[in-house]
Amino acid sequence: MPRMRMNQAISAAIADEMRSDPDVIVLGEDVAVAEGPFKTSEGLLEEFGPLRVRDTPISEMGFLGAAVGAAATGLRPVVEIMFVEFLGVALDQLSTEGAKFHYLSGGLVKVPLTVRASVGAGLGFGTQHSQTLESWVVGTPGLKLAVASGPANAYGLMRAAIRDENPVVVLEPRRLYARREEVTVGEEGIIALGRARPVVAGDDATVVALGSTVGAATEAATAASWSADVIDLQSLQPWDREMVYESVARTGRLVTVEENPLSGGWGADIVAAVAADLFGELKAPPLRITSPDVPVPFGKELEERYMPSSAYVGEQVTELLDTGRVPPPWWQREEITT
Amino acid sequence: MSTPLERRLALQQDRRVRYERMVEIRTLENKVQDLFDEGLVHGTTHLCLGQEAVAVGVAAAARTTDQVTCTYRGHGVALALGLTPVQLLGEILGREAGSIGGIGGSMHLCDPEIGLMPTFAIVGAGIPVAAGAALTAQVRGTDDAAIAVFGDGSTNIGAFHEALNLAAIWKLPVVFVCENNQYGEYSRIDLTTPVDDIACRAESYDIPSAIVDGQDPDAVAEAVSGALDQARGGAGPTLLELKTYRYAGHSRADTAPYRPEGEFERWYEKDPIVNFGRRLVDEGVLGDNGVEEVEAAVDARIDAAVELVLASAPAPVAAMFANVLAP
Repeated sequence: MPRMRMNQAISAAIADEMRSDPDVIVLGEDVAVAEGPFKTSEGLLEEFGPLRVRDTPISEMGFLGAAVGAAATGLRPVVEIMFVEFLGVALDQLSTEGAKFHYLSGGLVKVPLTVRASVGAGLGFGTQHSQTLESWVVGTPGLKLAVASGPANAYGLMRAAIRDENPVVVLEPRRLYARREEVTVGEEGIIALGRARPVVAGDDATVVALGSTVGAATEAATAASWSADVIDLQSLQPWDREMVYESVARTGRLVTVEENPLSGGWGADIVAAVAADLFGELKAPPLRITSPDVPVPFGKELEERYMPSSAYVGEQVTELLDTGRVPPPWWQREEITT
Repeated sequence: MSTPLERRLALQQDRRVRYERMVEIRTLENKVQDLFDEGLVHGTTHLCLGQEAVAVGVAAAARTTDQVTCTYRGHGVALALGLTPVQLLGEILGREAGSIGGIGGSMHLCDPEIGLMPTFAIVGAGIPVAAGAALTAQVRGTDDAAIAVFGDGSTNIGAFHEALNLAAIWKLPVVFVCENNQYGEYSRIDLTTPVDDIACRAESYDIPSAIVDGQDPDAVAEAVSGALDQARGGAGPTLLELKTYRYAGHSRADTAPYRPEGEFERWYEKDPIVNFGRRLVDEGVLGDNGVEEVEAAVDARIDAAVELVLASAPAPVAAMFANVLAP
């Protein structure tokens, strides 16, 4: 098993799909000659040439729209949106056009499109380049959404996304690009969309994390006096109810760890589903650990507070277990806001 | 009953069929308004009365393997490309007989067999998608092309400019067909657009353009054919501005009270159906009673289609759950 950084794993996944299918093309700003601002398309131009690997103008509505049209007519475009915020100017093409073509063609037009975007805080990119924005994608039937949490699942989810017959958004936490781990490559490395990954096993709680928060949740569970199942959700649309339900039915406690504002975060859907379907199994109210309802701040210390840390996850879960109640988030404890 | 493909091939080969299709579009659009007034159409409609020559000219020029994106004012383009009156009326009335089973309605038509991509209810959205269909042809090395049909109002949205720019730098085989019907929704074009001719917007993308009489199906077909030849030959995109006129208001509720006095009458002198009919009679393509014969045949066909569709089943509830995702 090769050891690689997450950005290398992404390049490798795309390259493997391009080798096996001549219809796979790559579009995005600076993805060809520069091999991607985060080096997520390393070697692609050299191996596959300028017909299939293209630098685009800074023009997301144009090139994402073109990718929708190319996908609808037979290609499998992989589009890079450099920072997920840039999807805002192109969201019509993804959510209102591409996501609807299969439905609005009576199943005759497929849109096998992969949209990759870097997300998240931690690198000091400031308010307009640090959000996670899963909420822009979930809740749109016709789209799938996967979120990488490291090199191995970045590789596996990317290959599954490119093979999928639907528009799939793959979000890549930017601060994990340089993280290294061993990656299972080849067919065995492919990870089915919609399947979560058990990371740590335990009995006191089920901690559901996604993308950038998988690390904090895992560290917290490993260091704590309590033990928990830590589940890396990996896919958010659809999400793996089976694994989450099986775990919560056993532990009786659900915790979600989210790098996004409290309001409208993905954890609310998981909590609502579990609360409704497993009400009788719960020993405590579900706990959502999130960022506050603020834009991502720039100052280093502030940005670090924005992201749920392993220490914070540990404290919150400990208090839930001790009291049986949901503890207030840090910004209420410290009486900064109500 | 002819299939969509047969209807398309007939139109490409025979100008008499083109005339008949224009009459069919107008008759059907008027019928849609009648059905609407009778309360039988749920939702809204955007009629293309007056713009029949654009639809037929484009369909005559395009191959069936070329991809066409068009707008929510798309009944005419869909019929011209080959969609049958039953498929169209079925969709407008939410019946199983519709082109996508009554799930889409007036604004959402589709038939990949004749190159009709899902039609676009968002202004301008189909323009980059057409560029993408052209990208497929370029990457695969086929000599297919794509056509984006859009209104004058679309040329103020970013999608138009981004698509032209992208198509220009990549020399994509796409033809941008602007049907300038003088109005964007309820607003006259000069209130929203600083240039008199949309065609001039091609200059800033270094692509060729032409202004075409959009009321003449022969002129439209010739211009689109020429641009398609250029595109297939690797010369890249062209912007065609087809000057036309929207006889109806924007949508069902709009009676177009904002129209200046005499404007409709001036445009009606250039009516595409009246003038093309005359031309075909003069040329002997239609006999002396040809116009009346076509009208009678089309009337009968549309009446039969309406009857069939009204008697057909509404889309079943299960249909709303189908095709959300591809397997």
